[in-house]
Amino acid sequence: MAYSEKVLDHYNNPRNVGTLDKASQEVGTGLVGAPECGDVMRLQIRVNEENVIEDAKFKTFGCGSAIASSSLATEWLKGKTVDEALGIDNMDIVEELSLPPVKIHCSVLAEDAIRAAINDYRVKNGLEPIKEEDKIVH
Amino acid sequence: MGEIKLPIYLDNSATTPVDPRVVEAMLPYFTEKMGNAASRNHPFGWAAEDGVDLARERIAALIGASSPKEIIFTSGATESDNLALKGVAEMYARKGNHIITCNIEHKAILDTCKILEKRGIDVTYLEVGEDGMIDPEAVRAAMTDKTILVSIMMVNNEIGVRQHIEEIAKIAHEGGALFMTDATQAVGKLPVNVNEMGIDLMAFTGHKMYGPKGVGALYVRRKRPRVKVTAQMDGGGHERGMRSGTLNVPGIVGFGKAAELCRLEMEADAKRIGALRNKLESALMEMEETYLNGHPEHRTPYLTNVSFKYVEGEGLMMGFNQFIAVSSGSACTSASLEPSYVLKALGLDDELAHSSIRFSLGRFTTEEQVDYTIEQVKKAVQRMRDMSPLWEMYKEGIDLSTIEWAEH
Repeated sequence: MAYSEKVLDHYNNPRNVGTLDKASQEVGTGLVGAPECGDVMRLQIRVNEENVIEDAKFKTFGCGSAIASSSLATEWLKGKTVDEALGIDNMDIVEELSLPPVKIHCSVLAEDAIRAAINDYRVKNGLEPIKEEDKIVH
Repeated sequence: MGEIKLPIYLDNSATTPVDPRVVEAMLPYFTEKMGNAASRNHPFGWAAEDGVDLARERIAALIGASSPKEIIFTSGATESDNLALKGVAEMYARKGNHIITCNIEHKAILDTCKILEKRGIDVTYLEVGEDGMIDPEAVRAAMTDKTILVSIMMVNNEIGVRQHIEEIAKIAHEGGALFMTDATQAVGKLPVNVNEMGIDLMAFTGHKMYGPKGVGALYVRRKRPRVKVTAQMDGGGHERGMRSGTLNVPGIVGFGKAAELCRLEMEADAKRIGALRNKLESALMEMEETYLNGHPEHRTPYLTNVSFKYVEGEGLMMGFNQFIAVSSGSACTSASLEPSYVLKALGLDDELAHSSIRFSLGRFTTEEQVDYTIEQVKKAVQRMRDMSPLWEMYKEGIDLSTIEWAEH
């Protein structure tokens, strides 16, 4: 299977690989997927007082498309408010990376990771987690 | 070290390049010797038939068959497997309806058995141990008075384990059944002797032994016992009535030439390539959390299957697959997301199965290529581990089995 140029670019030059202090009040961590399924993504955000995502980091165990999806997600998250970040849809990732149908689950996982990180941040800061039903899932 | 020629081919268990000497032998059979081997009345037909006869003799010699007549040409190992299983099931239907095989066979065997089950055949799928080996005693225990065939592959295509064929054949015969083996990964690469090993039927193919694609064979024993299979294709009654269809003369000639070369060069090849495989394997295994899949001794010297824990196979391959061709036990490319059933049959965690890479070497693999591969793969594994949340957790001493993963 041939990968798209953008997937190759993110794979070869992943943006924002790394780790934020998960104990910090400003940091939300999302860990999604399962080793048995061949994909695990950890996505972290650091949110400032204006509710803006100042930094985002990821680490991913998975195929090239999974790595590219999470790398792209961190790029998109930076500078967005938390509410704006919730608007990132997996199909936007599919489109941007030209993912083939068998790789759509990679984009779903990235979206899940974003939501998990945001929820972790919300709960840490005394807010209700956003529920799954609140959003249309592709 | 000079500039190395890329890409490097380390996927010889999938298919091998055709030896240039084989190509040369084939060429006249496309042009001046283009006859139909079944045309008995003119020189074109005679020339084609001579070419086929020589190939049959060479292939018979390679596998120690008593007569060239025991070689039935097919389109490849998949067809040979189908012909053997379905042909025996039909031919021996009055004798019984039970077949024994195992759960790490190639899909050509497993899927054919599934079809036979729908036709009323009982199939026992023996399970292999953690090392990929079948316990011959398990075969004995599975035998019934209805067992007509035991079919166990000689060398597994993913992990390279070589089964105790001789013992299993003996047990099959003691129970009154025929013994069949899919020897696709063995013939031409390891010594195979159908008489010494007690093989009644054997499937193999040209393109795994430096011959062309699209031509294979089924060995069918003619004496002690005389084995027959019911044809699965109707037509001109070629190949002693077992496989109709105009013979692929250039392909067969190439297959024969390849068999001849293997017979003469196999011993030296296996020794040289085995040493390269060992070099590659031990260098990769120096990395921590790296595991060898399959029995470390009972196996072919041509391949190694290694799991790099905490790294996903397809993602890893992407790091070097522009330059080095290998294959992965991770099925991330398929919609099922299921990793290799062979690795799962060994009891490997899905996680380790997803992390596996098969490196298969061949006649044209050089030491320079192996050295380059070691360097590139090690680099890619380290890079992927630096990017892996699982590796980070492992390094922090977190037991991954204690985490509640959201299976998706």
